[in-house]
Amino acid sequence: MNERLEAAARLLPDYLSQHVLVSASALCLGLVISLPLAVAASRSPTVRWPSLFAASLVQTIPSLALLALFYPLLLAISHATKSLFGVSFPALGFLPSLLALTLYSMLPILRNTVAGLMGVDPAALEAADGMGMTATQKLARVELPLAAPVIMAGVRTAAVWTIGAATLATPVGQTSLGNYIFLGLQTEDWVFVLFGCAAAAVLALAVDQCLGLIEAGLADRRPGRIAAGAAALAIGALAALSPLYAAPGRPGYVIGAKNFSEQYILAQLMARRIAAAGGEARLKEDLGSATAYRALAAGEIDAYVDYSGTLWTNVLKRSDNPGREAMLAILARALKARDGVLLLGPLGFENAYAFAMRPDRARQLGVASLDDLARVAPSLTLGADLEFLVRPEWRAVQRAYGLSFRRAVAYQPTFMYRALASGQVDVISAFSSDGRIAADHLVLLTDPRHAIPPYDAVILVSPRRAHDARLISALKPLVGAIPLSIMQQANLSVDRATGKATPGQAAAALDARIARHGKAPL
Amino acid sequence: MAGAAKRWAGAAVGPVDLELAEGEFVALLGASGSGKTTTLKMVNRLAPPDAGKILVAGEDTGALPAYALRRKIGYVFQEIGLFPHLTVADNIAVGPRLAGWDKARIAARTAELLGLVALPVDLGSRLPAELSGGQRQRVGLARALAAAPKIMLMDEPFGALDPVTRAALADEYRALHLRLKLSTLMVTHDVPEALLMADRIIVMEGGVIVAQGTPADLFADGYAGPARSLMEAPRAQARRLAELSQGPPH
Repeated sequence: MNERLEAAARLLPDYLSQHVLVSASALCLGLVISLPLAVAASRSPTVRWPSLFAASLVQTIPSLALLALFYPLLLAISHATKSLFGVSFPALGFLPSLLALTLYSMLPILRNTVAGLMGVDPAALEAADGMGMTATQKLARVELPLAAPVIMAGVRTAAVWTIGAATLATPVGQTSLGNYIFLGLQTEDWVFVLFGCAAAAVLALAVDQCLGLIEAGLADRRPGRIAAGAAALAIGALAALSPLYAAPGRPGYVIGAKNFSEQYILAQLMARRIAAAGGEARLKEDLGSATAYRALAAGEIDAYVDYSGTLWTNVLKRSDNPGREAMLAILARALKARDGVLLLGPLGFENAYAFAMRPDRARQLGVASLDDLARVAPSLTLGADLEFLVRPEWRAVQRAYGLSFRRAVAYQPTFMYRALASGQVDVISAFSSDGRIAADHLVLLTDPRHAIPPYDAVILVSPRRAHDARLISALKPLVGAIPLSIMQQANLSVDRATGKATPGQAAAALDARIARHGKAPL
Repeated sequence: MAGAAKRWAGAAVGPVDLELAEGEFVALLGASGSGKTTTLKMVNRLAPPDAGKILVAGEDTGALPAYALRRKIGYVFQEIGLFPHLTVADNIAVGPRLAGWDKARIAARTAELLGLVALPVDLGSRLPAELSGGQRQRVGLARALAAAPKIMLMDEPFGALDPVTRAALADEYRALHLRLKLSTLMVTHDVPEALLMADRIIVMEGGVIVAQGTPADLFADGYAGPARSLMEAPRAQARRLAELSQGPPH
């Protein structure tokens, strides 16, 4: 437990600084946009209703979806500016998070500023006019000071919302306190999840208290309180951001990872290799399955591990199965030609979709293959990960075996295994390299009709690093070096309930093992 | 003011012809809705006229930016509209600051004005919420006078005050008007106030002027003009008060 807390605490400076950077930037941008808009809205109903409606509409979009939607949007804009002006920008990470969170912060600021300005005593306004103030003077000297407490209350709400929603920026590649939560959720590390929640809550409360002090100071016209609140905010922000200016300009390599344990471990492993070769590497974790490849092709990440079958169906949009070797060869040629992406080679293990059952249940029903399963499926419940049920592999399996379940339920992978163990579901779409298969003695059903393509783990390198000798020579030794059992052990060390390792520790162990044994035979 | 008029759907004020001489005190008298406030606000363009022409010191008010016109004219109204976030001194200093006076001159002027409206100087550091109604209206008056306008527009300035404070402030303002050589246009529905303060009374009804004259003309026993009914109650009061001053009947 203490070890877990220490591991979490070591990550805090990086996560907290990134979290503060993105949420403070979003809040400032939100203020810069919302305040003038609110002034215009308080003056004219034709601005007021559309802007308040739009801001309310944004709030109805789940914040995770809002963050996710900015990725394709920015990618399209980036492509357009690239072809028009030769300028492109990263569509992952800071920018989409900033924009989504900015939109998210606008409603409370907008709504309170409009209410505050419209609630100013009409007699004060008449006096201001009667004394000969211009519209700008009236705004600066009378309206804004009188509306300030109400505006600050809105800013407080916006700050708390933004800090909370920033934890959801992790899946679009922006490091935040959400990394604890997403990582903890994937690796069943509840210490990490709680640590992330607590850190975000403490941050939100602290900021809220400082802003509250400013709000009270504005309401009671006590400049001392305003200054104290502002100073506390400024000092806190500078302290939280200090790891950012201590870090060098952060060039180096960016290693991507999708959102599960194996990916975290392999990304850490690649980062270790690069560091050992004298390079600088940082991670971009929790990328979506399709996002990761596009981010690589766009050069936003430099390398990551994907799986041949996933690339085959998702990128090449093919549904046939030419066999393992042919698929790798075709992929290497096609990805190069299509996007300039380098397929460095397979790591030596496969992480395939595999239908898994508890041994007692499989025996009881007499199921050993997918053909057997199809017989009894109409009375069984399938547990799947969040994307399996919409993936082409599932359709291929359904077609090949005529599979049809009584019910299919989608879970976070961690909970999928739990649901199988507790008997809530009868079959799951497991991952063959998952350590929990061996640990729980799960039965993998055979696929006699070869409906599921092979899923060899392969290292992909971005077009702009395809000829980077240092990167290639650092990663090349990993090709063919990780047999399935070794990967399963590494995954289990991170996923198991007790004596857990962090992905970084698992990567170190894996690295040491590769160094001892050299290349394992494929 | 020549033929000045303002119209809304279903209501209209004017055309009104009115002249305020230098140093003159004119009261606009009439019931609620008679158009007297609108007439007053047409002068400083808080209610910009739709027709007619208004000259201030020979200059067409429509040719100036509204804020420049208003800085030359003092304006006091019943709700006062003190700025609640500013101290008394800062409220008084608003006009001089808009006019770009330097700090020392503003400080001296603020102290001078507090004296002029009979308020202690240490009141300057208070906030409006800490003052009584009468004190607040004195601050409102001081604020309107701060940038030394020659023309004062007053809209029911003492309407919200108790009768004693009201009478005292009316007297004091009348004295200030004379001392500072102001030209004052004051809206009121209080007949004795108009009679006691103004040099000339203009009676409005239904958006137009129906009668005008000096207080003595309108209050005289023989007066039989359109404002006669307005004068009946104060006249009866005056007779009763005169009887009382003779002492108890034998």
